[in-house]
Amino acid sequence: MAHTPQPTKDGTTPVSAAAAAAPSFTGALVTRAGRASKASAGLLGLAVLVLAALPYIAFAGTTSSMVTFFVLLIMASMWNLLAGFGGMVSVGQQAFVGVGAYTVLAFANLGMNPFVALPLAALTCAVFAIPTSWLAFRLRGDYFAVGTWVIAEVYRLIIIRFDSLGGPSGMSLPGLTGMDPVLRGALTYWAALTLAALTILGCYLLMRGRTGLALTAVRDDETAARANGVDVTWSKRLVYLVSAAGCGAAGGILIIDSLSVQPNAIFSVQWSAYMIFIVIIGGIGYLEGPLLGAIVFYALQQLLAGYGSWYMIILGAIGVAGAIWLPRGLWGTITNKTGIQLFPVGYRLNQPWTLPPTLR
Amino acid sequence: MDLLNTLVQGLMLGGLYALFAAGLSIMFGVMRMVNLAHGDLAVVAAYLVLVLLGGTMFPLWLVVVVTLPLFAVIGYGIHRSLFSRSLKAGPLSTLLVTFGLSIIIQNGLLEGFSADTRTIDMGVLNTGAFHLNNQLSISYLGLLTLVLAVAVIAGVQLFLSRTRTGKMMRAVSDDADTASLVGANSKHLYAIATAIAFGTVALAGIMSGARSSFDPSIGPAQLIFAFEAVVIGGLGSLWGTLAGGAVLGLTQAFAAHLDPSLTILAGHLVFLAVLAFRPQGLIPQRTV
Repeated sequence: MAHTPQPTKDGTTPVSAAAAAAPSFTGALVTRAGRASKASAGLLGLAVLVLAALPYIAFAGTTSSMVTFFVLLIMASMWNLLAGFGGMVSVGQQAFVGVGAYTVLAFANLGMNPFVALPLAALTCAVFAIPTSWLAFRLRGDYFAVGTWVIAEVYRLIIIRFDSLGGPSGMSLPGLTGMDPVLRGALTYWAALTLAALTILGCYLLMRGRTGLALTAVRDDETAARANGVDVTWSKRLVYLVSAAGCGAAGGILIIDSLSVQPNAIFSVQWSAYMIFIVIIGGIGYLEGPLLGAIVFYALQQLLAGYGSWYMIILGAIGVAGAIWLPRGLWGTITNKTGIQLFPVGYRLNQPWTLPPTLR
Repeated sequence: MDLLNTLVQGLMLGGLYALFAAGLSIMFGVMRMVNLAHGDLAVVAAYLVLVLLGGTMFPLWLVVVVTLPLFAVIGYGIHRSLFSRSLKAGPLSTLLVTFGLSIIIQNGLLEGFSADTRTIDMGVLNTGAFHLNNQLSISYLGLLTLVLAVAVIAGVQLFLSRTRTGKMMRAVSDDADTASLVGANSKHLYAIATAIAFGTVALAGIMSGARSSFDPSIGPAQLIFAFEAVVIGGLGSLWGTLAGGAVLGLTQAFAAHLDPSLTILAGHLVFLAVLAFRPQGLIPQRTV
């Protein structure tokens, strides 16, 4: 494990876990969560509670469009974990979105309730991700990206050969058609909300722990991390599996929400485009990034929905500009200026004179 | 005889893939970057030729002669304005910029030309063929594409090994900092590599647009075939790319012979097999 302190991007000095546990004699304060983080954690918990009550107070149309938001949030968080923390830029995560959706379909065809099949979709994707990672990890950097894309295409081309899963034209999902639409809408909404909350909490816990430290070391300098004893391949594979599972669950929600699946749509590279856009705009490598990015993306989507392909052109242009001129995204810029962290995963050395004026 | 025909068709298809892949191989060899908009640029070239042929009285050869240098100039400009900035920011930024470009191009073409499929009419080139006997025929277009692929790859190889600019480009590829000490301008040289890549992919797009129909959404598929040819052949090796294109073309042709619905999947599976068992490619080489 690498416990070597490395200066982070924002200039604060992260202190190793051992040093954090030791009593401090210098009067400096080694902290993880600042006052703002604790307040925001409370606010986030409150927000989840309010969102959970939404089906009782809002129209079905609102909750239905919120499902899309949660799905995008899950996918983007998973892509952020992969690229922002694991250093693996993939344009092939739609492989697992598709496999997740088709897993739900397969179990529903066998008579299982699709909602019960959701965790199985995540599990199946994690299992599929093991052989996938053997192949994809042969490639590095840019070539990893295109390689994952090819693998996603292979999954699509294999799945459309199964006539029992609808073949090339897709299939509608059995098992939910008899259910009251309002109840089904609310259940879908709660499932999406639960998964989104679990995803964010899971990312936070993963990045706080030993794996998070190892991953950060790998991302910053793979060779140095390896020399310090980090099991680089294992850490990367773990992140890859978690990310696949998350995307699989998101795919499962998609098929439950639309009650049908179409292979070209569910395996579309567009999902990767959305994930990448959200993470880049929000801030890559920050757990808060996908949350902020998904809100911005969702707002843009509502705003530009009537403009057809111009909408994608504008998204592409914003993505290009963001990648060049705002590499840390919106959240990175905010946290740099204010020092606020919603999900503190590192340790900070807070000395009274280094605190920003607002926190003194 | 049937087998021989499949072999010939596969080789000619491989020539087209190699022509697509040459630009990808050059850009990876010189600056270790992958342009995710590579296939979409080929589609843009095909549409440009279509528009020029329809809107002006220019003959086909003149349109092609105008389009290729135009693409090279665009490539140079895009490199100096976008790619050089993103290369400085790191590999992640380059991928995101080219992916964004790909989305912009696809949707821009969709807005301008709709999703209808088109074909470039090259007259006798589209339809003509050498009929060697009643089972084996070699189309003019397929043969021309294969010849062009070999000529482009040989030409770029000669350029890199013989000319001063080509040698400087290899030096910059090996070690940009040291090369700059002896006067190499890496930004300019990288932009020239991009210009060559844009010019060759435009040619590939035009040949492909005459061979089969195209629409704004086929760019990613062409990128993937080109990428597979590069990886099968061996990263950063131009002759390897030609071999990789041939392997991919032959695989697809023989798979199509067995079951047309297996064509694309068989190509992908050969690519994955190469990744699993021979990740360095057929002709491993690190220098261009």
